[in-house]
Amino acid sequence: MGNERKLRILIAKPGLDGHDRGARVIARALRDAGFEVIYTGCHQTPEQIVQTALQEDVDMIGLSILSGAHNYSFPRIMELLRENNAEDIVVVGGGIFPLEDIPKLKAIGIKEIFTPGSKLEDIVKWVRENVKPRKAAA
Amino acid sequence: MEIVDQVLKGDVRAVARLLRDIDDQVPSTRSILKELYPHTGKAYVIGFTGPPGAGKSTLVDQITAYYRKLGKTVAIIAIDPTSPFSGGAILGDRIRMQRHFLDKDVFIRSVATRGHFGGLTKSTHDMITVFDAMGKDIIIVETVGVGQGEVEIADCAHTTIVVTVPGLGDDIQAIKAGIMEIGNIFVVNKADREGAKKTVQELRNLLEMGRKFRMDIGEGDDWEPPIVETQAHKGIGIEELCEAIERHRAYLTTQKPEQFRKVMLKRTLHQFSETLKDELFKEMVKRIERRGESLETIAERIFQKELDPYSVSRQLIREEFVQHEEN
Repeated sequence: MGNERKLRILIAKPGLDGHDRGARVIARALRDAGFEVIYTGCHQTPEQIVQTALQEDVDMIGLSILSGAHNYSFPRIMELLRENNAEDIVVVGGGIFPLEDIPKLKAIGIKEIFTPGSKLEDIVKWVRENVKPRKAAA
Repeated sequence: MEIVDQVLKGDVRAVARLLRDIDDQVPSTRSILKELYPHTGKAYVIGFTGPPGAGKSTLVDQITAYYRKLGKTVAIIAIDPTSPFSGGAILGDRIRMQRHFLDKDVFIRSVATRGHFGGLTKSTHDMITVFDAMGKDIIIVETVGVGQGEVEIADCAHTTIVVTVPGLGDDIQAIKAGIMEIGNIFVVNKADREGAKKTVQELRNLLEMGRKFRMDIGEGDDWEPPIVETQAHKGIGIEELCEAIERHRAYLTTQKPEQFRKVMLKRTLHQFSETLKDELFKEMVKRIERRGESLETIAERIFQKELDPYSVSRQLIREEFVQHEEN
């Protein structure tokens, strides 16, 4: 394996939307790309997502959301990550976003937003180029 | 060592990072584990094994809730398979345990097998060491769930629970291989399904035969594994299951302390053997590389039938490890 640590990625669905096929498709694509994907299912609160991210020592959080609640949950998640000194975790969003919200989300620290039509191979490529595994603590 | 203090204090981030470094076999973790080891021995380890879809994760979730009500702190190691093709994994056992995510006294960690067989991961024993040192009362290990042949769990758990469901057909016979011998408690989950009673009866027969056989060859102990019927998602049978766990624990620790000692010794032996195997192999690979070769170059020569794997292994051991004899 050498120096290449496996990336650990959390795919989570904040809020009330119950359609998770997209999240599952992404999770599978990331697994096929060789990453370890923690998938926690639907109906997660920002608090639950951040606790999971901390316990699982993930390098990236992918938030899948279709319900439009991103303007609440995304800032709340970024706030909790800051409170826990975990700003090094890369956060991205995927799903349905009004175009005018995307710059606002990026301004609060969301690294990228993937809207419908994003190709799986582009997403995987983006992850490979933009997310590095955490350096060994010891 | 700062990391040691952080673990002993229960710092979540420090523990999470250490677990990952262990899983990634970062060399410096060896000395950290050495420092943590004296602080272990208090936690009780419960293992869950059984075929996929049997309901292991749901059962883990339920018994975690039960122990939390008793004020015990819990760590859960949930193991899922690594894809042999991509090297990646989807770790989804957490989904069934959501209600514990915000409980500060429940630490859930998902791990991938990374090519290891037997039901556990290379890092499981060491992760148990960390959780034990961290102060967790109960450590639950949920194996991959391939079913047969997943007997490693018995070498790391005090109480091993084998979970099955009705409707696996006549394949109650199929779970005979190995798993029947390691179960301290058997659970028939989804017991509302058709065939539940039949499954329980077949299990009982198999267990009775196995026990009798072991008694005849003088290897018996007098623990009779109970069979508990559950409907995990409804919470039915959970109290009975936990009572069975506590009875086994009492059996090991008070009634038959020599049994407990046997179990602990087995655990220690297994962890030691695995560590030794790993260290020996790593050392040998280093020495092969020092000679200017690699596993791959040797494999190529074996493939070309210049060498055979048995002779080359023996020769390497003789040349690298065995002292020269004085003539």
